[in-house]
Formats: sequence, C-alpha cells, structure tokens
Amino acid sequence: MSSLNPRQKRNLRDILVSLVLFFGLIAIEKLVPQVGNNRLYMFLLFLVPYFIVGHNVVRKALLAIKNFQGFDESFLMTLATVGAFATGENAEAVAVMLFYQVGEWFQDYAVDKSRRSITALMDIMPDEAHVEVNGEIETMDPDDVEVGSIVVVKAGEKIPLDGKVVEGHSMVNTAAITGESVPRSVTLGDEIYSGSINGEGLLKIQTTKAYEDSTVSKILEMVENAAEKKSKTENFITKFARIYTPAVVIGAIVLAIVPSLITGEWLKWLYRACTFLVISCPCAIVVSVPLSFFGGIGAASKQGILVKGSNYLEAINDVTTIVTDKTGTLTKGTFSVVDIIPNSILTKKQVLREAALIESLSTHPIASSIKEAAVIYGLNINPNQVTDIQNITGMGMSGQVNGKTIYVGNAKLMKEQDIPYIENTNESSTVVYVGADHDFLGTILIADEIKDNAVSALRHLKNSGIEKIVMLTGDKKSVAESVAKKLGVDEVRAELLPGDKVNAVEEILKTSSDKHRVAYVGDGINDAPVLTRCDVGIAMGSMGSDAAIEAADIVLMDDNIDKLATTKRIAHKTVSIAKVNIIFAIAVKILTLIFGAVGIANMWWAVFADVGVAFICVLNSMRTLKAK
Amino acid sequence: MKKKFKIYVDCANCAAKMEDAAKKVDGVIDAKVTFMTQKMMVEAEDARMDEVLENVQKACKKVEPDCEFYL
Repeated sequence: MSSLNPRQKRNLRDILVSLVLFFGLIAIEKLVPQVGNNRLYMFLLFLVPYFIVGHNVVRKALLAIKNFQGFDESFLMTLATVGAFATGENAEAVAVMLFYQVGEWFQDYAVDKSRRSITALMDIMPDEAHVEVNGEIETMDPDDVEVGSIVVVKAGEKIPLDGKVVEGHSMVNTAAITGESVPRSVTLGDEIYSGSINGEGLLKIQTTKAYEDSTVSKILEMVENAAEKKSKTENFITKFARIYTPAVVIGAIVLAIVPSLITGEWLKWLYRACTFLVISCPCAIVVSVPLSFFGGIGAASKQGILVKGSNYLEAINDVTTIVTDKTGTLTKGTFSVVDIIPNSILTKKQVLREAALIESLSTHPIASSIKEAAVIYGLNINPNQVTDIQNITGMGMSGQVNGKTIYVGNAKLMKEQDIPYIENTNESSTVVYVGADHDFLGTILIADEIKDNAVSALRHLKNSGIEKIVMLTGDKKSVAESVAKKLGVDEVRAELLPGDKVNAVEEILKTSSDKHRVAYVGDGINDAPVLTRCDVGIAMGSMGSDAAIEAADIVLMDDNIDKLATTKRIAHKTVSIAKVNIIFAIAVKILTLIFGAVGIANMWWAVFADVGVAFICVLNSMRTLKAK
Repeated sequence: MKKKFKIYVDCANCAAKMEDAAKKVDGVIDAKVTFMTQKMMVEAEDARMDEVLENVQKACKKVEPDCEFYL
C-alpha cells in the first residue's frame, strides 16, 4: 500500500472509519430498540458516518449548486442520498454513499496504477549526463549539454543524448527505443541514439543534438501528445455523456412526479427516482475509453511502434489496403551480388576477383556490391594491380590486369569488344558480364535483396485482416513483378516517377471508406507527401529521420516490417476492449434503469451500475497494456 | 501561443467538462484537457496569455472545484 498517494490514504481512512461506525449503528438499531425506534435519533446518528465518508461529495454538490452546475456527479449522489434519508432509509443512504466512495476509491487507484504502468513503459528519460569539460568529468542535466560536447557513458547507463561514438566500443541495448531486444554493436564513428542503454564498454560520445531535439525527447513528446488526439470512440462517448445525464435526470423527475400523482405513493416513487439519479453519473463509461487507448499506445511504444494519436490507432484497425514502397521497405535497399555464373573453366571466385579489381576504385552502387562480395569470398583486392582504368559511359568499365584488358559491363560492352558472352535473361536482377581481351569469363547477377522477413511479414498482415497489398516502385516492370511474385503482393505499380507515387495513392484512396481505410508504409525517404495524404501514414526504420517522424502518423522505430502486423493486432485489441467496455457499461446502466423504474433494482444496484461497472471497465482497459 | 501544464483532475468526465469550460473562456483559441496524462493545453494570443490563463482556471474551478493547476 506504499504506492498510495496522500489523497488516496486520506480517503481510505475516511472509508474505514465510516464503515466501522456504520456497522456499529446497524447493531444499535437492531439491539437497542429505545434508540433504534426513534427516527430523529437514528437520522442524526447516521449523519455522522455519512459526513465522514461523503463530506467531499456534499461539499462539491453545494458548490455545484452555487455555480449553477446542475448535473454534477456529486450533486446527483447527494440528491439521491438525501432522497433516501427523506424516505426514511437512513442506513441505505449511508451505505450508498459508502459504496460509492469505495467504488470511486478503487477506480481512482486503478486509473492511477495503470497510468503509472504506462509511463513506466516509457521510462527512457535519462536523468543525467557525464560531460567531459577540460579533461574533468562534470555531471549535468541532459538539458544543459551543448551540441558537440563529449559525453562519457559508463556500462549500464542510459545514453543521454544523440551523438556519434568518438571513443570505445560496446553493445548497446536499443529496446526502449526500437523494441528490438538484440543489442546493437557500436564502435568509433557510429551514430547512437539517446534512450538506449550502454552494455559493457565505456563509450565517449560527441553529441549531435540538443536534448530537446534528441530521440528521447521526440518520443516522449509524441506519446504525451498522442493522448490529446482523441479517438472517434472517445468523442462519441463524451457526447453521449452530455446527453445521457440530463436525459436520465429528467427521467428521474418524471418518475418522481407522474406515478406519484396517479397512485399517491410519493415515498416509493421518490426512492425509485433516486436510484435513477445514481445511475445517471456518466464517469464509468467516460473513463474507460481513453484508458484503453492510452494503454494501447503504451503497449505499442514498448514494441518500438510510436502511434501519434488514439485516432490513428483506431484508424489502423479499419485499414484493409496497405500501399507500400518497395526499395528500403520490402527490400533491403542495398544492392548485393546474388549469383556468379563463371564460364566452363573458371571458378566463381576467379570471376569475382577480376571484376572487383576493375571496380576497386569506383563508388557506384554496383561496384560497391561487387567489392562487398569480394570481401565475403575472402579475396584480398589490391588496386595497385590494375592500371589504366577507364569508365565507358553507359556500358561499364575496363582496365589492365597482368597484361590483359578486363571488361566489366553490360551486353553492349561485350558486343562492342566482340566477346562471345552467354546472354542471361534474368529479369529480377541487374546483369554484369566480365570479359578478358576477347574471352568471356562469366556473369555476375546483382539485385536488391528482399528483406529476410518480408514474406512472412506480409503473410501475417494478410492474417490480420489486410485484404490488399499494393507495391509502388520506380524500378522497371520486370524487376518489380518478380519481386512482387516472391512476396505475394496483390498489385504492382512500377516505373513510377517520384511525383507519380502521390497520383497512384490518390487513385487507391478513392476506394477508401470508413471500414476500408488505406495505409501507406514507406522508409521515410521522399515519402512525406504520400505519408500525409493517406488515411494512416506509417514510416519505418526512421530513427533519427525528423522529416519522416514529422509526416507520419505511426512510426516504426526499427526496420522490422513485421511490426506492421503487430501494430494492427494491438489496434484491434484496443478497439475491441474499448467497444466491449462501452457496450457493457451502457447495457448495465440501461438494465438498471429499467429495473429501477419497476422497483426490482434498489439503490445498491444503482451504485454498482455506476462505480462497480467503472471499476470493471478500468480493469478491462488495462488488458490493452499486455497487447503484443 | 500554446501553453502546456500539469493539472490534477480525478474523473474523466470532469476533464471533458473542464475542456468545454476552458474553450468558452474569452480569448481562448483552443484548449485541451487530457485526463490520462493529467495535462492541459491552452492556446491564446501571447499578449493576453496571463489574463486568459487566470480566467481559464476560474472557469474550470467552477465546473470541477477539486481540480488543481501546476503552472
């Protein structure tokens, strides 16, 4: 119970004292008839526990009258209990107030607790930074550290600010930022993000951003603002509450007057009207919806998924079409050698060696991929072995190696040099031929690789209710279609110029409706217009990319496309829980209203329908926190 | 200018009522009360901010006497 705040402790004390007095009075009423039969005595005695537990409610009710705030919850409770006293139900008046306060207390405790567990999920804020100033270490508030300072991070500490590693190497746990549980190795020159936790090594970091622009601040700000963007469900419920309370209060007035005039049983109908007043309090329904969404947003952020508003979490639940960018989203976005086909005499390694020598000084993506492959094959490429390297525009390159002229390039180059090459018609890759003087050495196939988990990720998406996946790309049609086939994408739009993307998305958006929304997923590079245009814009792998974070509605912090299905699952769970809460709360209230009107439900039921339901809804909402 | 600050409010419906009340205050361009994070945002012209905040607090106290502001 140490986690109770002072107010909760005070309220708990009031409740317990009042409870003891209440049972004492009931005993007196039963055992001491001299006092028990005196209505005035009993009334005055019951007022004691009533005021101990309910003084705050009564005080607020009086203030509400003073300020002309008629339908205040406290006012309604007070009116109902005063009504109970008036009809001679002293014990019930106290019991109702007691039960109400007990319910309120539990509700308050549960909301407080879930609020704390959500903020604990986001416990990424660094407390201090150790800054190196003139060779001495000074401990500062991260807020005061200037850009370009050298920060020392010891083993196990949080990285306080975004920066670059200038000394040391370590394994860094980025789970709090990206949800990725495998630590990332960082060394000299690597970029590092605030909020990650340093592993075993000591790191010196030169900061590249001020605290307020750092990843941690951005994330915290985003999650805090998320609760401000209210979901449609939440807006509906607030509006509902605005009509519900006055309607039930009017119902109570009618119930108190009309049947009484007919039957003359004023006390009986007055009592029933009072149960109406208790049920008219709207808090049960109003509290559970934002709590569900807040929990869902918290659960998502734990997975490295930043949702910028409850409304987006709600919208993604209705997404049935996903439009995605190819390069960088479904594929790795880097070229790599996928196959080497040597002529009948040579080995793969020998062909690669010749090509890598010629490309050794080039920085072209194709050249980089060949050089990378050479490293993987364990080749030691010495650029000094090549002379007279020439760039043959539109065809490839050539150079002298051991007295031979090596040609690396496309079919045109082979034809021009009269090299008897074997044509390769692989459509999903870029084909590079290698020749020496007038001999053909072999073929190297280079392609942008599909991400390891892209196929399973798209399958998971389909399982989570996505009906259509559309892939957009600037690549040539044959490449795009072969990738699409491997991935199981439903529709491909290839050979798009950057401007065409927006048009393509606009066209797809025409099919969008409330229950069939369209989301766009991209890696955030040149995606901003499309991200903003879609129903839900999702940027991925964009840790550190401010433009994408700005434009997107949902940000997947790491590069893992499988997080899309996770987002969808969390959204689904959140929305279902919120809906169940609404239906449950409204159903119980309406049933209690009906039973109350015909006299089956007494005031106890009514209090349960108010605070009991609220408490159950709050507990139910907290399940969103566990969504995965 | 937008100003954000922590508040205390103990029920979600009261938070909604405070938001409505704050929006009606003269000089307020927009106002938001977030029950979950216990935060309030008030948007008003720079020059009138202090006066507006004062009135927003009064208006909120009227609909929810138990609310607190930590400006």
